Amino acid sequence: MRITQGTFSFLPDLTDEQIASQIEYCLRNGWAVSVEYTDDPHPRNTYWEMFGMPMFDIRDAAGIMTEVSACRKTFPNHYIKVNALDSTRGRESLRLSFIVGRPAAEPGFSLVRQEGPGRSVRYTTRAYATERPEGERY
Amino acid sequence: MKASVIATDEQKRAKTGAARYRPGVLKYAQMGYWNPDYSPSSTDVLALFRITPQDGVEPEEAAAAVAGESSTATWTVVWTDRLTACDRYRAKAYRVDPVPGSPGQYFAYIAYDLDLFEPGSIANLSASIIGNVFGFKPLRALRLEDMRFPTAYVKTFAGPPTGIVVERERLDKFGRPLLGATVKPKLGLSGKNYGRVVYEALKGGLDFTKDDENINSQPFMHWRDRFLYCMEAVNRAQAATGEVKGHYLNVTAGTLEDMYERAEFAKELGSVIVMIDLVIGYTAIQSMSRWARRNDMILHLHRAGHSTYTRQKIHGVSFRVISKWMRLAGVDHIHAGTVVGKLEGDPNSVQGFYNVLREGRNPQDLQRGIFFEQDWAGLHGVMPVASGGIHAGQMHQLLHYLGEDVVLQFGGGTIGHPMGIAAGATANRVALEAMVLARNEGRDIWREGPEILGTAARGCAPLKAALDVWGEVTFNYASTDTPDFVPTPAVA
Repeated sequence: MRITQGTFSFLPDLTDEQIASQIEYCLRNGWAVSVEYTDDPHPRNTYWEMFGMPMFDIRDAAGIMTEVSACRKTFPNHYIKVNALDSTRGRESLRLSFIVGRPAAEPGFSLVRQEGPGRSVRYTTRAYATERPEGERY
Repeated sequence: MKASVIATDEQKRAKTGAARYRPGVLKYAQMGYWNPDYSPSSTDVLALFRITPQDGVEPEEAAAAVAGESSTATWTVVWTDRLTACDRYRAKAYRVDPVPGSPGQYFAYIAYDLDLFEPGSIANLSASIIGNVFGFKPLRALRLEDMRFPTAYVKTFAGPPTGIVVERERLDKFGRPLLGATVKPKLGLSGKNYGRVVYEALKGGLDFTKDDENINSQPFMHWRDRFLYCMEAVNRAQAATGEVKGHYLNVTAGTLEDMYERAEFAKELGSVIVMIDLVIGYTAIQSMSRWARRNDMILHLHRAGHSTYTRQKIHGVSFRVISKWMRLAGVDHIHAGTVVGKLEGDPNSVQGFYNVLREGRNPQDLQRGIFFEQDWAGLHGVMPVASGGIHAGQMHQLLHYLGEDVVLQFGGGTIGHPMGIAAGATANRVALEAMVLARNEGRDIWREGPEILGTAARGCAPLKAALDVWGEVTFNYASTDTPDFVPTPAVA
């Protein structure tokens, strides 16, 4: 399966040129860009690991692409995403978040059902990969 | 009482002292409801009405009558006014302008003192402003066009329980419109069949599916059955994609007690969102908003019934006012028009509604029908929903007109796809992501849209099929609800 979190996961994997172009868009809007990675792709895993701090002071896409490449090199089998952070009053949140790296094989998730009263079911989504310890998953 | 054809200045001026309270009938202007010298205070609630007076009724007197009947007046003088601070409680019509290009119609500006309204109650606000005046005989027609709420009043409402920003954080979806679809046929499917549509659409790429306004608890599908099957579908689709998914479970019912019961069940099953219809009434909406706030639930509002009073320009209540009331009342989603779809919606008017719902502050914008500056004082934004006769081939137009903070709902455009529901969903998602990518790259999507879609379709058979079936479908009819002001071309 292909995990489809992030803004562009239904498109073919973005080329470096396309990624740089999206980063330029973020910088034009005055947003700070950050890079995050994880090997726990659960849909509610909010806190991916930060690959350094958000790059508030890097204002050229090439500089940020260097960080993206470094993250990919360090974590070739993790999920990696690029985020744009907007500090404008009333937003103060992400404005764009897209995946730029993923493991070669994505085994996906199992759905665990616990039967309850009145035909109700409690659901647990579990990534097959997270059965193994962090760092040994993909 | 029929007014004379030409009112004298005497008849337009407020009487004072004993003459004001002599038993009998005075014109509303003479009772003090027309005051062209009044300068609205920053804490006044302001309303703009479009008035169409009967023949022979002066516009100032008609405006005064609206001010009177929506505040303290009755048809005759009453001495008990003198027991109150009546000069303050009287609403004041302070300005009347002819409507450009519409003879016989006038814009009447009316100011209301803040103490006329109970804090935090849309029921009280609307009972005052639209409670009595719309059937008033001296008016042929009356429409409430816009309102301005002072910060002091806005702050008495909690507003949307979730809001656009927090909704996106909970769903972990940023930088693009959300995608949804209403399950079709909207009536008749069994719970099991219904959940199938939900599963296929969510697995194929939609973020949300939706109950329609009239899916409640009918013989072919009881509400508990629907909730159970839909949540099975939602959870299956989450596991299949790794994304957070949702289905708007419509909890609309005959009583508020039933609605609470259904909402609680939706919560127990782990739904991220519930849905209500506008027809449940303002008080029920505010109650459900409180419930949603207490339970971390996104609250979707379907504007069922609104066109009965929002569509015709001369009589009723503009949807921009309903949008403001619903932002105060506190809903997270509201259907607000598509521009390009099958339902009424002039581009400028619809953009005006969207701005009212989403922005932190609305400047006056006559071209979009916004008459008053409005500061929302930190109240969360409402996510507008575009639904009704839209398809993947219009993606560039939708993004151009409606922007990013919107739910685009393709019901027929998903479920009617020749390759199946999941393929229909995929077509919409691919079209959307391709268009957002191109826009961010700086391409002119308004002009290059069809080409961008064509290129994306070369790598996506479902999108190609969608464009082949619906690419040329448009709904070009004249809108009835259009702004009255057009931009004046700048002098070159």
